[in-house]
Amino acid sequence: MKGIVENFDLYAPKLVDKEEYFSSGHRACQGCGEALAVRLMCKGLGKDTVITNATGCMEVISSLYPTTAWKLPWIHVAFPNSAAVGAGVESALKVLRRKGKIADRDVKTVSIGGDGGSVDIGFQAISGSMERGHNMIYVCFDNEAYMNTGIQRSGATPFGASTTTAPAGAASVGNKTWKKNMPEIMVAHNVPYVATACHSYPIDFINKVKKARSVKGPAYIHCLAVCPTGWRSSSDTCIKLGRLAVETGFFPLYEVENGKYRLTIEMPKKLRPVEDYLKLQGRFRHLTPDQMKQFQERVTLEYKKLMNKVKYSKSWLEM
Amino acid sequence: MSKRIGMEIALAAAEVAALCRPDVIAAYPITPNTHIPEHLAEIVAEGHLDCEYLPVESEHSALSACAGASAVGARVFTATSSQGLLYMGEIVPIIPAMRLPIVMALGNRALSGPINIWNDHSDVMAVRDMGWICLFAANGQETIDMIVQAFKIGEDHRVMLPVLVNLDGFQLTHVVESMIMPDQEEVDKFLPPRKPYATVHPDNVVSMGTLGLPEIYTEAKKAEDEALINSKKVILEVWKEWEKTFGRKYEPIESYKTKDADVIMLTVGSMYETAAIAVDQLHKEGFKAGLLNMKLFRPFPADELKAAVKGARVLIVTDRAVMCGGAQAPVCAEVKSVLYDEPVRPAIVNEIIGLGGRDVRVDDFIKMFKKAATADKVKPERAYEIYGVRSS
Ligand SMILES: Cc1ncc(C[n+]2csc(CCOP(=O)(O)OP(=O)(O)O)c2C)c(N)n1
Ligand code: SF4
Ligand SMILES: [Mg+2]
Repeated sequence: MKGIVENFDLYAPKLVDKEEYFSSGHRACQGCGEALAVRLMCKGLGKDTVITNATGCMEVISSLYPTTAWKLPWIHVAFPNSAAVGAGVESALKVLRRKGKIADRDVKTVSIGGDGGSVDIGFQAISGSMERGHNMIYVCFDNEAYMNTGIQRSGATPFGASTTTAPAGAASVGNKTWKKNMPEIMVAHNVPYVATACHSYPIDFINKVKKARSVKGPAYIHCLAVCPTGWRSSSDTCIKLGRLAVETGFFPLYEVENGKYRLTIEMPKKLRPVEDYLKLQGRFRHLTPDQMKQFQERVTLEYKKLMNKVKYSKSWLEM
Repeated sequence: MSKRIGMEIALAAAEVAALCRPDVIAAYPITPNTHIPEHLAEIVAEGHLDCEYLPVESEHSALSACAGASAVGARVFTATSSQGLLYMGEIVPIIPAMRLPIVMALGNRALSGPINIWNDHSDVMAVRDMGWICLFAANGQETIDMIVQAFKIGEDHRVMLPVLVNLDGFQLTHVVESMIMPDQEEVDKFLPPRKPYATVHPDNVVSMGTLGLPEIYTEAKKAEDEALINSKKVILEVWKEWEKTFGRKYEPIESYKTKDADVIMLTVGSMYETAAIAVDQLHKEGFKAGLLNMKLFRPFPADELKAAVKGARVLIVTDRAVMCGGAQAPVCAEVKSVLYDEPVRPAIVNEIIGLGGRDVRVDDFIKMFKKAATADKVKPERAYEIYGVRSS
């Protein structure tokens, strides 16, 4: 373990922007993966960026008036509309630059939101902005529930998780549905760059952010973010849980460039059992062996579906 | 040079909006405002206007995109009606709180249900307290003029607020009128490019739309209220300048034959012109009728109202919306509250008229005047009447 940290100290500064654009002192819970992910994203983006933020944990913990954690220009308007605000920002930057009213250089618009603000209530706005082809990045920080309002289920909550609106009980397994496959939906919008990411793989995430930034047109990143408070996990397992999500095949890291799927983190030949991931989280504590098995089967199936795309998909540019 | 045109008012609204050189337009179609964004799209498509035109997927996104664009410093225009305004509803109060100038043409239409595409004011009345400057056009000319004025007012650093330009659906939007259209040079001279106060841009990093705890929310609301109240000074200034430049006079409350009037009626919007015909006819019969039209609804012109009704025995306040289960209809509730402290004030009658496109004819206004004439002696049974309800 010590060796890795030493290596990281040696190489990280060469790979990662030392500047902090999302500063400490914000009010996120201890071990919050979402706040870490936002910080990493900003490092990948750099200074010429405008952020639009949906209501949710990240907005609330970062912008208590008169303080702000943001060293990038930042705007929050409401919960469902981050992508639409982003469309307006992007359009204005473009036209004002064209008319010579602002500096003549590239400034990237990046809209962010939680899973609720993205796959549920903000879905329409994202769909519209991506479909219209705005030159912007959308990053969904997926902690798999509405955390800001107290751990209610969203369309991104996995099967079996106990949430406050889909609680586990004598007559219920908790959340009954599987995660909505948002990256796939974005690919179906012909978004030229779509990727999954996780804060536990910082270099992978930052590289994806940089790649998304270089795209002329829309790009979408779906970033899994561990939430110790909502997942009922101890805060020191944040990074570990992110890695387990990947290593079990529950949340593989991949990118889709012009329709071509590619894994970005080498996956073990034999995936770790998903139980390793689930058992560290109180939200899955109630699952019976049968339900665990059901979970495992779904993960295996989804993973196979993905691998099929990795194997057979081709870039649109090569068709 | 300005020139006289004959044109559908919605199209004229689009033409004049284009003359204001908006940088970003985001809108979503809904009857009866649709011709405005359609015609603007055409103007952009023909290359007559350098502008980012966003045919967004909903009104919620239309106003959200406008917010983002305005925050970057763009001049921004949008248009909607009725359900569209309510679909924007979540964002409507946030715009003035963030002090983002945006001009919206609202083709007033009844709220559903039942679904109805025709005119009344139930849409605007639903958002009247959300912090926007609110102007009402009585005709095509005022629509044209107010759109230009709205940008100048809203973008002024002493104001920095969004402005709603209300024009009655169909009665105005779809009517061809003779109007005077200013030319590009005149508009450019009257309305220089927007100079934003603060913008979201890396050259000057700010956070906009932060969280306000109980320690600051009250102060934020107070500041917003003051900003709207103080905008009146700028509105009057802009109207003075307009009059000087274009020769057309604007005042918060316009009056017609109110000198020595015995019974005065207050209208808001396009009903004014029909009611004026009724007033003329009544004068021929020796009935001393007078008429007021409220062009500025937010900030509410309290002082002007007090002065305008002085000496009248009866005041009829017409409303175009029902305040369901309320004490009064919305305009009248406010009029009464303003006049309450006046030592001498007229008896007040509240008529709710023209709901969901129901015609209100000259005869109807005459009837209302005559019926109200005794209101100071015989108190009306109810605080308001929904006029012309068919009983069978
Ligand atoms: C229109 C609207 N509905 C509901 C809310 C309440 N609300 C605020 S944040 C939030 C949940 C946010 O969840 P998510 O987007 O997943 O972000 P997280 O807090 O988990 O990071 C909800 C329901 C709101 N602010 N606006
Ligand atoms: S609730 Fe979860 S996402 Fe929100 S700040 Fe706490 S740890 Fe982070
Ligand atoms: Mg969430």
